[in-house]
Formats: sequence, structure tokens, C-alpha cells
Amino acid sequence: MTGTGSVEAGGDVRTAPTPGARLRELVAERRIVVCCGSGGVGKTTTSAVMALEGARLGRRTVVVTIDPAKRLADALGLARLTDRPSRIDGDWPGELWATMLDTKSTFDALVLKHARTPEQGERILANRFYRNISGALSGTQEYMAMEKLYELHEETDFDLVVVDTPPTRHALDFLDAPRRLSRFLDHRLFRFLMAPSRGFVRAVNVAAQTFLRTVSRVVGGDVVDDAIAFFQAFEGMEEGFRQRAARVNELLAAPETAFVLVASPRRDTVEEAQYFADRLREGGIAVQGLIVNRVHPSFAVGGGPVSEVVAAGTAERARSLAGTAIGALYRNLADFQAVAGSEHAHLAGLAEAVAPAPVVWVPFLRSDVHDIAGMEQIARHVFARSGA
Amino acid sequence: MAGKGGVGKTTVSATLARAAALAGLSTLVVEVEGRSGLASMFGQGELGYEEVVLSPGGGPDGAADVRARTLTADAALLEYLEDHGMSRISRRLVATGALDVVATAAPGIKDILLLGKVKQLERAGVADLIVLDAPAAGHAITFLQSARSLLDTVSVGPINAQARDVLELLEDHRRCQVVLVTIPEETPVNEAVETAFSLEDRVGVGLGPIVVNGVYPPVDGLVTTPAEVEAAAAEAGVALRPGEAEVLAEAARFRLDRMALQAAQIERLAAGLPLPQIRLPFQFTAEIGPAEVDALARALLAEVESLAGLPL
Repeated sequence: MTGTGSVEAGGDVRTAPTPGARLRELVAERRIVVCCGSGGVGKTTTSAVMALEGARLGRRTVVVTIDPAKRLADALGLARLTDRPSRIDGDWPGELWATMLDTKSTFDALVLKHARTPEQGERILANRFYRNISGALSGTQEYMAMEKLYELHEETDFDLVVVDTPPTRHALDFLDAPRRLSRFLDHRLFRFLMAPSRGFVRAVNVAAQTFLRTVSRVVGGDVVDDAIAFFQAFEGMEEGFRQRAARVNELLAAPETAFVLVASPRRDTVEEAQYFADRLREGGIAVQGLIVNRVHPSFAVGGGPVSEVVAAGTAERARSLAGTAIGALYRNLADFQAVAGSEHAHLAGLAEAVAPAPVVWVPFLRSDVHDIAGMEQIARHVFARSGA
Repeated sequence: MAGKGGVGKTTVSATLARAAALAGLSTLVVEVEGRSGLASMFGQGELGYEEVVLSPGGGPDGAADVRARTLTADAALLEYLEDHGMSRISRRLVATGALDVVATAAPGIKDILLLGKVKQLERAGVADLIVLDAPAAGHAITFLQSARSLLDTVSVGPINAQARDVLELLEDHRRCQVVLVTIPEETPVNEAVETAFSLEDRVGVGLGPIVVNGVYPPVDGLVTTPAEVEAAAAEAGVALRPGEAEVLAEAARFRLDRMALQAAQIERLAAGLPLPQIRLPFQFTAEIGPAEVDALARALLAEVESLAGLPL
């Protein structure tokens, strides 16, 4: 099929392994694969496809999904994914397990792990301010996804953990989410609020009280009381959180971890992907693969991308033959060559930005993926197995 | 305007704004997330907190202006406190980063500050129509629900008053409606139906027509086999290059195939959601610029025209 297949960033190197083979190598050898990209690009399905390939290669694989739309659950034929990994039966030599991130219970477990006493843990879990943090603080979901990844990596014997990332514009917040949380806990205001219980000088006390009174005037006293109770309960646990966050970040940058970017060829998602690639590089992490979903066929005579000259020629014929049957056919071809041309232009820059990472294009499919057969169809494109 | 990522919500916001302006309504687009690309659709640079004119009115249609601005929670809070005689505390709230802590203590506080500002703009009559490009994904529900949730958390004070006013705006269907945007594909259709019911049940907001974006316009007389293509070429006296008949046929099959899939999804949407539909044509061009926004706006007006006979 025209427009289907793969391109090698930086030119066609026939002697080197194909992009599909290089992606399969990641799934075969790495311990962790993180799929990131903006919402609506098929990231969840792509994660499941990567995990399925791991199972096919004989590995014990688990995929962690985050998307609340539960699309992976549909794709895997599971009525409901739970916090505990559940196994998906199928005809493959390895194992395929799936789990859905439950941000709150992951956070709860983390709090209980770091609490000095069970009472301290319970006091925090019961606090309303804490419940808001675990449910709503920006970046918490991203942070907990990485915490879950770390937990599965450290405490279970899966060979491969594939993680989906939240579909937000700030999907890469997990890179600094642990840092942000420790910053939050180490907040100037936090220390300001804590001052009374630590017996700081009386002047600070008074200042804090005055300040809190005015804050209470705006948002109400209950809100402020909850926050103070939380910070008091949390005292002494920051260091444990910080150390663990540091270990999570080390794992993300380790050679056993691979980041794979997922994108669609639309200009805005390509720009997001480019931004993700830059952010990862700043974090000392190289993108190990790029998977572009939903690429239009190029409709070039003889295959390959459509040159601007060819596209202009088609458009010209559509104009000069308007009103005839062949004119309609040229009009239609011109439409799709224009789409393919702009998709190629957008993607060329992105492929360059992630070079030398392998780049794979997956064509527009007839329907959304709901089952293993659909995942298998995508896998044929991603890993370029025979029959693609 | 609300819709999941990838459905072209910002394009449709630009389209609706331009359509309203073409119909003579002065229009203000309010962006809350930044980096949406809205301004570039009108051939302009990034938006700021200060209002700018994206598309001046006038011309043969007697169009009104499309203006736009960005809102941020921090700036909205500062403004609110200063307007309410609390400028001393306001600077301190923002400077100490206390807003972050407060926002965590009462989630939705940032949302209510943004919606409160929109309400204030509406009350001040800054434009005939305000188009709010709401946050993407499931955040739209949380965003619009913030007023109700905050009333439970914050029982007194100015935030409480703000939440009440916002709720009043959201529930007044003559003042405020939510326009959902989707595309004719399976998952986006499912999500649009879900979102619509959640918005009605949990927020109590009125829903306008749903916009189905990216619908392939039909091309008459497409044939799908190379032999038929060659016959059509011969009829017009056109010589085809080798392989060209196959590519023309393949592209025609692709179009018809996708149009059939889209039609099925549009039907599913109609069955699942009893809302009038406004269908906007897929744009084959690389960029959405002023010309495309204009074409889309005219398509939208034509669709509105055809809905006018329906009981809304």
C-alpha cells in the first residue's frame, strides 16, 4: 500500500536494521518502555501493541495505562482494569498483563510506606487537603505513573514494563513532578505555616497568623485549617519522598529504559511531539523511537512521497478538467496529495529531531482498535512484520 | 467550546467566532490554556492577557470584529482582589506562591477564577458573543463543574460569592451554552456522547448544536477501478501516465471508503445524542489560516441556516 511503512531518519540506510526491527529490539531488550505524546494520537493503543509484542517475544510483560477513557480495557477485551495487574490470555510464548493506574491508591500506598507510624499514615490519608492533593494537584497523576512504574520494576519480576502517560498537554510533567512535589512540601509557605509548631521566633508566628487570617477571609477558614493540619501531619516524611523521587528519576534516565514518542501527522501534535523530544533531551533522555499513527497514504505514482511539482500538476489538472469525470478524480487525488504533502513536511522535521531514533508510520486504519486482532494489525505496521 | 484533544476544538472556536462576526456580532475569544494556535489561524502572533483584534470587521459583509485574549488564574485573582479592596493581600498571595497551596486546598479555585472573569466580561457587555476555548479532554467537565464543587468546600467569602455567580451563568441557558466539538470517528463520538450527558447531569449547563468537524465533502462521479478511470480519461481526451489510473482509483476508493465510515459514525452520534449537528468540511490544506477560517465560517453559517427550520 502506498504511504504505508517506515522511514529511517536521516536517509535510507539499506544495510542497517529496519526501523521496525529496531523498535522490536527495544521491546526485546529493555526493561521499561515509556510511551509519551499528546492526547488523541493513539498512545494507549500503541502502548498495548508494544506490550503485546513483548509477550510475543517470550517476555513477561505488563502494560500500565492511565487514560480514564479505559480505551486499553476495550482493546484488551477486559471489562475493567484494576489496580492489580491482571493477565490476558492469548497465543504467545510470554505473558501479557495489564493494569490501570489508580492515582489515589498509589499515592496512599506511598504515604503509608513513608509514614513513621501507622497513625501518622492514617492521619494523612484522612485529611481533606491530602485527598485533594492526591486527586487534583497538577502533576500528581504523572508522578504516580512513574511511581507505579518504579514499584512494578523494583517489586515484581516482570521482564518488561510498558507505561502509557497521561494525555495532557503537560504529559511530560512526570519528569519534574517528583521534584515539584518535594518543592511543594518544602514550600516557603509550608515552612511559614509550620513555624509555630517548631517554636520559631514569635514575630514569625504573629506574621503567619495575620497572613492566615487574611487568606481565610478569601477562601474560608476550613480550607486553611485543612492545609495546616496536612502540613503538620506530613512533617518528617519529606526526606523519604525526596529520596524515592530521586531514584525514580535515575531509573527513567537509565539505559534499561526507553522513551518512545507517539504522534499523529497533524501539525499541532507534531509540534507537541517536538516539544516533548526537546524536554526529554533537556532531562538527559534520548528518544529511542517515534511512532506516527494515522498517516494518510501518499498516493504517488510508483510509491514514495509526493513531490510538490507532482502535487501542483495534479491540482492543475483538477482545475483544467473541472466538470468532467476525470476532473473529479484529479480533484480527489489533489486533495489527498495535498494532505500527504503537508504530513510529510511536518514529519520530516520531527524525524530529524529524534534522529537517529527509528521512525515508523502507521497508516489510517478502517476502524478503531478494540481487540487483539486489531492490535496485531497495528503491530504488523510498527514492527514491519511480513504481510504489512 | 469543549472537545477532546485532536478534534480541532480551537479551529472550531476560531470558526464560530468568525461566523458570529460575519453575522454582525462583535465577538471575543477567550483562551485559557495558551499555546493553542488560535492567533496563527488569523495570521497573528501569540495572544496575551491584553485584548487584541484578531480579525477586523468591515468589508462587503459588514462584519464585526473578532477580538481575543488569554486569561490566567493568577492575573484573574489579582484583579479580583484589587477590585474588592484587598490589593495588599493580593500581592502577597501571589508572591508567596500561596495561590498554589490554596488551589490545592480547594481544587477548582483556579477554574472559578477564570470562569468568574468570563462572567465579569459578560456582565460588562464587552462583546455580543464570548467564545471560551475551554480546556481539552475530560478537563472540560471538571472545569465547568468547579463552581458546584467549590460551593461545598468554600462556604463563605468572595470565592463562594464568585462560585454562586458562575453557577448562575452556567445554568442560565439564554446567557450560556456549551458547544461540543467532535470528529466522525468511533472513539471521539463515544466520548462526545459521554461528555454531553455528564455536562447536562453534573453541571446543568445548556448544550448548543454539536459540531462534527473534519467531514469529507463529497466529490461527485468518483469511479473506483483503473478501467473505469481510463474510460473517464479517454472520454475527456486525457492521456494518463503509466500507473496513474491505479493511483486515481485508489484515491477514489480511499475517499469513498472513509466517507462511508464517517457517515456511519455521524449516524451513531445522532442516535446517541439528540442534538442538532453542524458539520464542517475537512480541510485538505496544510495550515488553517485566515482563508480557511473564513471558508469554515461560511460553511458554519450555511449549516446554521439549514438548522433554523428545526425546533431547537
